[in-house]
Amino acid sequence: MSSTVSQPTDDIHPEGAQLQSEQRLSAPRPPAGGRTISLAALIKDAAIAALIAGVLGFFFLAIRTDIAPGGLEVTTRWSLWFASIAVVFAGRLAISLFFRGGKAEEAAGAALSRIIVPGLGTWLGRLLFAFAVILPFFFMYFFPARDRQFIDIAILIMTYIMLGWGLNIVVGLAGLLDLGYVAFYAVGAYSFALLSTHFEYIGFWIALPLAGLLAALWGVILGFPVLRLRGDYLAIVTLAFGEIVRVVLLNWYDFTGGPDGVSRIPKPTLFGLEFSRGEGSFSDFFGLEYDTTQRFVFLYYIIFVLAILTNLITMRLRKMPIGRAWEALREDEIACRSLGINTVTTKLTAFATGAMFGGFAGSFFATRQGFISPESFTFLESAIILAIVVLGGLGSQIGIVIASVVMIGGIELLRNLDFLQAVFGDGFDPTQYRMLIFGLAMVLIMVWKPRGLVSSREPSAVYKQKKSISADMVAQGEGH
Amino acid sequence: MEYLFQQLINGLTLGSIYGLIAIGYTMVYGIIGMINFAHGDVFMVGSFIALAVFLILTTVLGFTFLPLVLLIVLIMSMLFTSAWGWTVERLAYRPLRGSFRLAPLITAIGMSIVLQNFVQITQGARVKPLAPQISGGITLIPGNAEAGTIAVQLSYMQMIIIGVTFTLMVGFSLLIAKTPLGRAQRSCEQDQKMASLLGVNVDRTISLTFVMGAALASVAGIMFLLLYGVVDFYIGFLAGVKAFTAAVLGGIGSLPGAMLGGLLIGLIETLWSGYFTVEYKDVAAFSILAIVLIFMPSGLLGKPEVEKV
Repeated sequence: MSSTVSQPTDDIHPEGAQLQSEQRLSAPRPPAGGRTISLAALIKDAAIAALIAGVLGFFFLAIRTDIAPGGLEVTTRWSLWFASIAVVFAGRLAISLFFRGGKAEEAAGAALSRIIVPGLGTWLGRLLFAFAVILPFFFMYFFPARDRQFIDIAILIMTYIMLGWGLNIVVGLAGLLDLGYVAFYAVGAYSFALLSTHFEYIGFWIALPLAGLLAALWGVILGFPVLRLRGDYLAIVTLAFGEIVRVVLLNWYDFTGGPDGVSRIPKPTLFGLEFSRGEGSFSDFFGLEYDTTQRFVFLYYIIFVLAILTNLITMRLRKMPIGRAWEALREDEIACRSLGINTVTTKLTAFATGAMFGGFAGSFFATRQGFISPESFTFLESAIILAIVVLGGLGSQIGIVIASVVMIGGIELLRNLDFLQAVFGDGFDPTQYRMLIFGLAMVLIMVWKPRGLVSSREPSAVYKQKKSISADMVAQGEGH
Repeated sequence: MEYLFQQLINGLTLGSIYGLIAIGYTMVYGIIGMINFAHGDVFMVGSFIALAVFLILTTVLGFTFLPLVLLIVLIMSMLFTSAWGWTVERLAYRPLRGSFRLAPLITAIGMSIVLQNFVQITQGARVKPLAPQISGGITLIPGNAEAGTIAVQLSYMQMIIIGVTFTLMVGFSLLIAKTPLGRAQRSCEQDQKMASLLGVNVDRTISLTFVMGAALASVAGIMFLLLYGVVDFYIGFLAGVKAFTAAVLGGIGSLPGAMLGGLLIGLIETLWSGYFTVEYKDVAAFSILAIVLIFMPSGLLGKPEVEKV
């Protein structure tokens, strides 16, 4: 273990060797010992799985330590433990029975996913865009009772889409693994919050570009020390940077308010029209009935425009020399340098651009919530944003949209699982299973589709004819 | 001077715990080149198992002889935590072997979320306190009230922690250097394809690496439990990040580097808390990491990567 990790030979030709090894992995394997796997073997397999579940669960399901007067006490829950073992046994058996001989179907599925329908991404994108434009009115028309709640969820999902697109510039395009993206989100949020509470005349629209600029500046500050670092060294320093920002926000009480956070952050206005009751408000000006939903619709359109702006700028940059340089940097840093690309400015602009969009999203977050505290900017947020980018398929803009809707929409759906309480009894609190299910979903989606949900992409440089390429062809996120 | 001496002892104790966790990170990184984000949570799981075994032995079975109890706790916790480490690898990392680099990182983060929430749901979210079990110690330098010096003390708990860590380190270095398993690990680290051609069972070796990492993390978990006397489901995150920082500081992939990094992070933290502010100790540790990496991009003991073109 004394040497650092040696470069495996695959890295010499990332695309070719990686593609080969992945094909080898997905190739249909010859069935071990013929097609007929006996039921006895399956039962044995399931029994082993159940045994492992029993061992793992013993100290967590069967035994529970509780705080009692005079120290801790041990309580036992044998029924829960046995139930979990039985569930694992039955589940494992069902899976192996169900998927036995499913190799052919699997291969067919793999072949199906390799067929790339030209223009599908574009059409799907247009369709989603059209839906996003009319979304608030769609909800107001079809779900008039719960429209505010749905629009609020849409705002949240849109925020994550924007964050995902911002991080995608750093991770997906430039190939720099950033585990501290939430720091820029925090910088943006605190910039707006502190500016607006200290100076009365600064509203959302003045603070927004300032917050973006400050976040970009912090992106460059983070970028400088990590210029020479590669791969995982980069990952830990960005993670550390995110933690440093959070710890400083938490402890610099005089400036940031520490754990109390900043409250009474002003709401955005439409050319000076406030979304409130009374004189000079939006509803007064247009002669409408005042409704709190109006503010939600307005917020939705702000984040929608910001997100679309992020997307357009990213797509535009990809066609420009700087975007080409980012993608070249991701594929091979040495080749980049030998071709005369200045890797220092390339990396710094990637960090700054990504950070700027994070800052925009952060100041939107601050104005939406009206209150921010360091608790909103933990590592978990960075992890969720990174997961969205990777699960969506690195570098794929539409994939990030799908991943955000699935993951964030999924989390929000899990908040409304009250009906389960009727099934499992009153002591059952469904909301606490939210993050557990979220984590499991992350693992399962990744194991199911290691290249992300959308693994085909439009090439950025075209010679004669445009052809979609599979994501297998690019060595993404290699981080050097 | 006495104060410095005392802080050094405290720092070494904390650093030993970080070092033991860091070994798990560095071994996994060395062999499959991935950051095992769930490792900090495996440490937390080890701590909880130790607490449960300890309580069963003392309150249910009525054991009173402390050394025997601790020995059983150590063995049981290592065994059960190893099972957790093995399962995490089997479920979340093995299906993605040979896939692109970020995929196992995401499953690792997912596994970390799963472990934290599993423990939170099954064991409750409240902090669980355990009364100090090993008290007393020896006084190295007696304090002098007139001269204004304080006593420098080395508690038995600190002696045990430093002793156990040192023993495990020696044992581990021997295991890697001398045994067939260690040879298999070193060969997999260099070239997995070649190793499997030469008859090394790569999957088994990787599994065993995770098992050993988990066992060491559980030892760290026991010592954390006994030293601080509190556990909750969230201790894994910060300890994991610090240990990972330690592994990177020492040069990721290098065993002595992990130990050295762990001791350094422990020392930085306690000295910073002793002389400056407790609140910013994490900032100090992370800043030193960034500064070291600027000048030595491969860490303190890591070899610079030679890139073949």
